[in-house]
Amino acid sequence: MSTNVSHKISRRAVLRGTGALVLSFSLSPGAWPYAGSGPQSARPKLPGNLGRNPLLDAWIRVDADGHVTAFTGKAELGQGIKTALLQVVAEELEVPFEQVSLVTADTSRTADEGYTAGSHSVQDSGTALRTAAAQVREILIAEAARRLRAPADQLRAVAGAVLGPNEARITYAELVSANLLHVEAQPTTKLKDPTLFKVMDRSVQRIDIPAKVTGGEAYVQDMRLPGMLHARVVRPPSYRAKLLQVDVGNIEKMTGVVQVLRDGNFLAVVAYREFQAVKAMRALSLAARWEESESLPKQARLSETLLGMPAQDQVILDKHDAAGGPSKTLEATYARPYLSHGSVGPSCAVAHLTDGVMTIWTHTQGVYPDRQAIAEMLRMPLDRVHCIHVEGSGCYGHNGADDAAADAALIANALPDRPVRLQWMREQEHSWEPFGPAMVAKVRASLDSAGRIVDWDYGVWSNTHATRPGPAGALLAAQHLERPFAPPEPKPLPQPEGGGDRNSIPLYTLPSAKVTHHFLHDMPVRVSALRSLGAHLNVFAIESFMDELALAAGSDPVAFRLAHLDDPRARDVVTAAADEFRWAARPTPAGGHGYGFAFARYKNLAAYCAVAMQVRVDRETGRTRVLRAAAAIDTGQVINPDGVRNQMEGAIIQSLSWCLFETVSFDATRITSVDWATYPILRFSSVPESITVRIIDRPGTPFLGCAEAGQGPASAALANAVANATGKRVRDLPLNAARVKATIGV
Amino acid sequence: MKTFVTRRVVIRLLWVLGFGVAGLVVYAWRSALPPADPPSADSFNADTIRRGAQLAALGDCATCHTAPDGETFAGGRPLATPFGTIYSTNITPDLTTGIGRWSLAAFERAMREGVDRQGAHLYPAFPYDHFTLLDDADGAALYAFIMTRQPVHAQTPDNHLPFPLNMRFLVAGWKLLFFHEGPYQPDAAHNLEWNRGAYLANGIGHCGACHTPRNSFGAEIRTRQFAGGEAEGWHAYAINSDSQSHAAWNAEALHAFLSRGWHEQHGDAHGPMAPVSQSLAAAADSDVQAIATYVAAEMGNPKHDKPAADPPNNDTGAAIYTAACANCHDGTRPLPFGGIKLTLSTAATGETPTNLINVILIGLHPPEGTAGAIMPGFASTLTDGQLESLLSYIRANFGARPPWTGVESSVREARSRVSD
Amino acid sequence: MIELKVNGRSYEVSADPDTPLLYVLRDDLQLNAAKFGCGLGQCGACTVLVDGAPTLSCVTPIMLLEGRQITTVEGLGSREDPGPLQRAFIEEQAAQCGYCIPGMMMRAQALLQRNPRATDAEIRAQLEPNLCRCGTHMRILRAVRRAATLMAGPASSPGTAVTPAAAGPQLDTPDTETGAQGDARSRPAYSERRERPER
Repeated sequence: MSTNVSHKISRRAVLRGTGALVLSFSLSPGAWPYAGSGPQSARPKLPGNLGRNPLLDAWIRVDADGHVTAFTGKAELGQGIKTALLQVVAEELEVPFEQVSLVTADTSRTADEGYTAGSHSVQDSGTALRTAAAQVREILIAEAARRLRAPADQLRAVAGAVLGPNEARITYAELVSANLLHVEAQPTTKLKDPTLFKVMDRSVQRIDIPAKVTGGEAYVQDMRLPGMLHARVVRPPSYRAKLLQVDVGNIEKMTGVVQVLRDGNFLAVVAYREFQAVKAMRALSLAARWEESESLPKQARLSETLLGMPAQDQVILDKHDAAGGPSKTLEATYARPYLSHGSVGPSCAVAHLTDGVMTIWTHTQGVYPDRQAIAEMLRMPLDRVHCIHVEGSGCYGHNGADDAAADAALIANALPDRPVRLQWMREQEHSWEPFGPAMVAKVRASLDSAGRIVDWDYGVWSNTHATRPGPAGALLAAQHLERPFAPPEPKPLPQPEGGGDRNSIPLYTLPSAKVTHHFLHDMPVRVSALRSLGAHLNVFAIESFMDELALAAGSDPVAFRLAHLDDPRARDVVTAAADEFRWAARPTPAGGHGYGFAFARYKNLAAYCAVAMQVRVDRETGRTRVLRAAAAIDTGQVINPDGVRNQMEGAIIQSLSWCLFETVSFDATRITSVDWATYPILRFSSVPESITVRIIDRPGTPFLGCAEAGQGPASAALANAVANATGKRVRDLPLNAARVKATIGV
Repeated sequence: MKTFVTRRVVIRLLWVLGFGVAGLVVYAWRSALPPADPPSADSFNADTIRRGAQLAALGDCATCHTAPDGETFAGGRPLATPFGTIYSTNITPDLTTGIGRWSLAAFERAMREGVDRQGAHLYPAFPYDHFTLLDDADGAALYAFIMTRQPVHAQTPDNHLPFPLNMRFLVAGWKLLFFHEGPYQPDAAHNLEWNRGAYLANGIGHCGACHTPRNSFGAEIRTRQFAGGEAEGWHAYAINSDSQSHAAWNAEALHAFLSRGWHEQHGDAHGPMAPVSQSLAAAADSDVQAIATYVAAEMGNPKHDKPAADPPNNDTGAAIYTAACANCHDGTRPLPFGGIKLTLSTAATGETPTNLINVILIGLHPPEGTAGAIMPGFASTLTDGQLESLLSYIRANFGARPPWTGVESSVREARSRVSD
Repeated sequence: MIELKVNGRSYEVSADPDTPLLYVLRDDLQLNAAKFGCGLGQCGACTVLVDGAPTLSCVTPIMLLEGRQITTVEGLGSREDPGPLQRAFIEEQAAQCGYCIPGMMMRAQALLQRNPRATDAEIRAQLEPNLCRCGTHMRILRAVRRAATLMAGPASSPGTAVTPAAAGPQLDTPDTETGAQGDARSRPAYSERRERPER
């Protein structure tokens, strides 16, 4: 790695000729400049994740044949990020879309961009790649200028080549040479004018879909390595269960069984064929005797339990400006139960220990943190563990993926040179994944005589929303070993993003407001990040309460919100959703119909989203049908409009499923929602007749991401529509038929 | 399902016609009751309405009086009977298509005598032969409940009944022969709880409408009450001393089963019984308790048929069971929805294989958003021969009873009802 | 050894007779489309066709399938030569994670084979046994409707390739945007007509 990095390209001695770039970091892992070495403070602020990984060739490589490879530390989760990032690179680098390929999260090849989470992929990786691509383009133009002895401003990059006066043309392949791109990014970048976009801001078809609909290899579940063995874990029946005894003799004799592993409470079986492993797992499960103990709260009293737990209180907003006197005060409590990620494909990983290096193919959202945890668990040096992201089914946050990776690695560690495929069963995914935490919010606010909010007091009670690896103790397998790793101490995620307190501060203009995050340390039920984290419940609560206030003020819900919103982009999104829905023309609710509206800006710093909904509630059964939904979203510069729409439709439907049906169930000892029979989710019969999404495009503005913007607003729009239809307010999720009927009464 | 429209039946009908047409016409004529002004919601006491809701839950009015994907109580559900298809009526208080202009007297006459406001006889698919037991207070409560529902404008479709069955006055003849009007008569030989259970089960609960066998005129055979019957292609098991349940029912088990829809020793409610138990969730618990007490007493100590001597060798059936069924039905999956051990299931021990065949072919699909057993249907997977092997294996190994008869025709009949 | 007929070809399979078809398809025949979602017959991700009828391969032991015609997504066309159903799903971009999609496609295929003019209500009812957690339902419905059109039309035989390399970045509707920068509200919804419900 060169240490003489210069920011002035013209002074570099560039070797003529062709040649692909050598990627310095691929051969010497641990040489990342950010990794705790070097004077960080002197580095200028670089956009996105460039700040942590400033070398341009960490992001973009140009081959001898002109093919471009982009590298991202983010992972394709089904949100279309691969295609979007390719669009970004193709656009800025001025290369045909088909000539770019993307390498995603791989601890040996890509930057460490943390987790693919929080809707940060486009914001951080997209920004980094866009910047890097733009700067690479300028470097190539500068190199062409040098060779053509022409001023750079007379040259332009088009379709993978630089064109100059007198029909001069040099392809990128001819321009590139060793180390040309091995420079740090500059703080300023010449970004392409959005009005000239040919590929960004277009609904380019996703590159991954054709394989997925034609039986191509697309998921970690599809991997087949030579000599691969099949493994299954036998998990304990409950969180605190201890394995007293297991007679593995009979299992080892079963056809095809290669090995039975036991390490403390960790129990697994490996076989040649997959169904042999499944049968052996069942037999092993029957052969094991466990000692269980009660550790779970009373499900029927979940909110009271949370409110009664010891809490670490953080006041995250406390402002008192002058305002009119309060004339009406309302208060309400809102709650949601534990929610399951419910990935349709149970987690799976493939691991292979060979030549002292453990390679793990996993659909974890964070290859670097998972690698770190697994290396710690196996007591292996970090550079001997290699995690490669391969798609799984949608995870929607921290599901069983990281644990499945650890299980696979643990098993492969016992079977050197044999690739091991570890597949979780449906019941294991449902019982052992870390759930979205149950939460309670209490809010009190006052209106003045003009119907404006003059004070606001909001408190939210929640566990941490982040127990990802990191430390080995975050892994199930590590917790179950004979010499276990202790689960790490949970810590609140800091504002402005927050965890349980994400979106607990309303965007509305409130003269007097106090917001308190009551961080609950004890986690009787395993929890972690579920799509949108605390924003789901906080927006549900805030936006439900806004409607209750609007009703008390005699105001239209949309007008009421606009009266308290100063941010012009927020106002635009509210107006657009209302318009898209034809809110002003909605009839008076009758015959069980109702209309609801909600708005939020994700984390108060990402995408703006408003949702309007029409429902029909059957008074006799309490069943709610969502007839139509209309949404508006402002996600900054749009990369792929169809991708944004896909994510929004998905967010709304997923939120409807959470809010209409879902609740993790448990008794004193065990999780009892163990499959789709016991944890029902939305099916086609409940899908609305239409969902329309209006995208407010803001070309040239920063990317804001979109994957988690819809959950909160959709949930509140639903609750508001149900209240509008029935005249009664339900504040506890889910709004299932039984609860709505009980609220309506006879 | 037997086809009742046999030659025998036709001859009998001709007899009846010949004998009593004139007298029947006189007897059959019923006056129209004048249309009433629709009562306002606040003319009813809230407690009365609530009581009516509980009774409606016991009677499960909503299931018959709601079309698939239709408005609750607005009628239009087709009911297949041996005589043709009858559509349930709109019992919302709609003024033109519902019963919004029915007075309490008209409502009570329909419930207790099977005559509508206009004076037409109602087909006994509407079980007024049970509702006739209703006392005044309960009738008034039901009326209060029904009249405070949302009115829905929905025209009831015409019935598909062949001539002469579409002549309603003939129903008067049926009533003459088979309908015993009148309130519930308490049985002094039993206690209050039993009597309350009998009043409810035989009255609003109309359990016998499914669980009692019927004669060729479609009337319940009163001497064989609760000896088992048919409903919508399913067998309603005997709930008297002919019960073939593996584990004996007692009041406590029945109460749990009826109010929750399942019991560890008996399985879940399926087929037409599923909506019944869902509806019972809204009934008064003391009422369900009383019904359980009564029915348990009716069951007494059932005598089971002797088990089969030696289960015949059935490798195919055993292999199919092990490969396709055992994972759920012989494993550690938790109840109530994990898959019942078939020794406990009346599907294996019961009088006919109908329900077992239905479940194997169709599977189990709970209503949207509700927790419930999901079982895949095997209609496309099993050939008739494979299904018969499996059935006889299940019967021999889990039912431990003599083999069923007529399995082939039961399978054929079920297949014709099941579409993919 | 059990002989299975899959996508028109015969295979001699050495798996145990009680092995669910899903494992044989995936592990022995290396067919990726049918997926393990639950192994309990609850989610439909494993759906294939057996003699044209949708069947849950995770609960169907291969011993029951000798002589039957098994069809998987791979039998509907290929990457190079996708069939109408596959083309429809690509054109409608009817996938987010995509894991449930092959199961959806097989159920849809069964419906359209016997009822090419299936209504929206019939399509919804047909797909009820299949779960999608990402919330792609609207697009799946659109894709099935589109497939019906493609199947019915004259050009309904497996059509031309749609590999991005050949045709440039594949847009799912023609590019209409040229608009001015910065005026957010004047920008119409992209391909607005696609958002109106098709009836």
